[in-house]
Amino acid sequence: MLMFAVRRILVSIPVLIGITLILFVMLNVVPGDPIALMMKEHASPEVIARVREQMHLDDPMISRYFSFLWNAVQGDLGNSIKLNRPVTDLILKAFPNTLLLAVCAALVSWVVGIPAGILSAVRRDSFLDRFFMGFSLLGVSMPIFWSALLLQYVFAMKLKLLPVSGFYGWQYLVLPSIVLGWSSAGVIARLTRSSLLEVMRLDYIRTARAKGLRETGVITRHALKNALIPVVTIMAIQVAGLLSGAVITEAIFSIPGVGRITVSAISSRDMPLLQGAVLFATVLVILGNLVADILYSILDPRIRAQMRSEAS
Amino acid sequence: MTHTSDLAPDLPPDLAPAHEALEEASFLRDTVRAFRRNRMAMVGLAFVVALVVCAVFAPWISPHDPYRVALDEQLLGPSRTYWLGTDNFGRDVLTRILYGARISLVVGIVPSLISLAIGAVMGILSGYLGGRTDFVVMRLADMMIAFPSLLLAMVVMYTLGANLLNIFLALALVGWASVARVVRSQTLALREKEFIEAARANGTSRSRIMFGHIFPNVIPTLIVLFSLSIPEAIMWESSLSFLGVGVQPPEASWGLLVAKGKEYMFQAPTVAIAPGIAILLTVLAFNFIGDGLRDALDPSMKD
Repeated sequence: MLMFAVRRILVSIPVLIGITLILFVMLNVVPGDPIALMMKEHASPEVIARVREQMHLDDPMISRYFSFLWNAVQGDLGNSIKLNRPVTDLILKAFPNTLLLAVCAALVSWVVGIPAGILSAVRRDSFLDRFFMGFSLLGVSMPIFWSALLLQYVFAMKLKLLPVSGFYGWQYLVLPSIVLGWSSAGVIARLTRSSLLEVMRLDYIRTARAKGLRETGVITRHALKNALIPVVTIMAIQVAGLLSGAVITEAIFSIPGVGRITVSAISSRDMPLLQGAVLFATVLVILGNLVADILYSILDPRIRAQMRSEAS
Repeated sequence: MTHTSDLAPDLPPDLAPAHEALEEASFLRDTVRAFRRNRMAMVGLAFVVALVVCAVFAPWISPHDPYRVALDEQLLGPSRTYWLGTDNFGRDVLTRILYGARISLVVGIVPSLISLAIGAVMGILSGYLGGRTDFVVMRLADMMIAFPSLLLAMVVMYTLGANLLNIFLALALVGWASVARVVRSQTLALREKEFIEAARANGTSRSRIMFGHIFPNVIPTLIVLFSLSIPEAIMWESSLSFLGVGVQPPEASWGLLVAKGKEYMFQAPTVAIAPGIAILLTVLAFNFIGDGLRDALDPSMKD
């Protein structure tokens, strides 16, 4: 088990290094002088030259990459050009808001998605099944920014039940969490349904029924234990989807999180800030995948056995 | 399983053709029949065909000029002249949506084709050659998949600048890796099959085996992946345009229409809501088609 975790972690290190390289190259081949572009006509050539020197922009790219990597490992992502503050500080200050939003959205998706998936599987092909699956298809097919606008319009503008946007208390989180949670609730519901249907076909379920257990007992005590394994692991991978979605959700609801930093870094052409924010999000996603894989191997002994046989 | 007509020249002439032709015809017939039985897929197909017609003939069928500014007719509600009302410049919303369909469809199809082509080549090379090629390609794919797609696309747009061509590049870059993974696993299974072994024993060159023999057999999978990646690309484009790093005004993609319309949600909600419905219906339609194709072409991919 430990061996598997260690190996899995070792495999993700080169992936991470590769990603930093891709990201660095992509952001540093921007045509034109990034400093001049950002400061527009306000800056004199001397100021631009000074900032360029401060940021070591005249060094060769390869040495800049290695110093970027070395600094990033130590938690230093450089300074934001626009706000003139350390990127790490800005991100760490915004991250709790993004995390709160992501956790609330994840809760919405589990509380809605898992029961909906179970009910759909148990009452397969019933009206309820069609309703839930239709609803989850809708969630997956709707652009997040559009469902956000709809909910804002109905619940904030028309019914005046909730605030439109901002971030001053729990009521400001309700609509963003529903918006962000809905699409992943759809994914969770579908996965729960198909996984439970698959498990219900297995022999041990027939045995459980044969020994006279009631159907609810068969499902809750026996089937769900195995059916939820893929669901639990997808939850960790969900981090990726929620982070991508959070960019849009935060922009619409004016939540001061990492996603909004990313969007504003693009519009103000603040390269170090953009680089830091994207790197941060990507590290989170890789961590999420890592946790998912390790969780999977803990929950499902067959995976461990497979790993062992591959290793030997 | 599709057997290829390309296989025929490698086999004794009296053995191959008749048998191959028969099997191919029945495979195609079965597929069409299975697809037509799927009601949702047919509804999706009808919608997409109608949309394509609307997009192609937009200049002839749309009731108004998409760029004509009429400041005395701003933000009108739906009426008989303006079915879906007008936007903040007095432009007809329905016309803007019809023109937007052109961009959304092109953005759905072109990047999907590019990522499919790259993904197929990479996947086959990786799966068939194995070894170092496999290692390099798959690590590259790992990286692309670990990158959050929207952020990756945003970074590409930041670097290259916001225009339609760069959207194609950004979305292709986001999409190829998952195609490569699927094609690789299929190639791994195919290379153990007898007909590949026969081709190898015949002295067929590696590139001919890969692209003459293995490739035709992954085409059904590629078709399914293609139809499912179109709605995804449409979603990504609309998100990018909504965030301001996609299609630029005065061009009108659906995501941009929603973004511009959201400022006037209170006075004229249809300006933002109507293009969103267009995105929703189109994505649903393509998803139905994709599901139908998957069930018809390759039942083993069904989850």
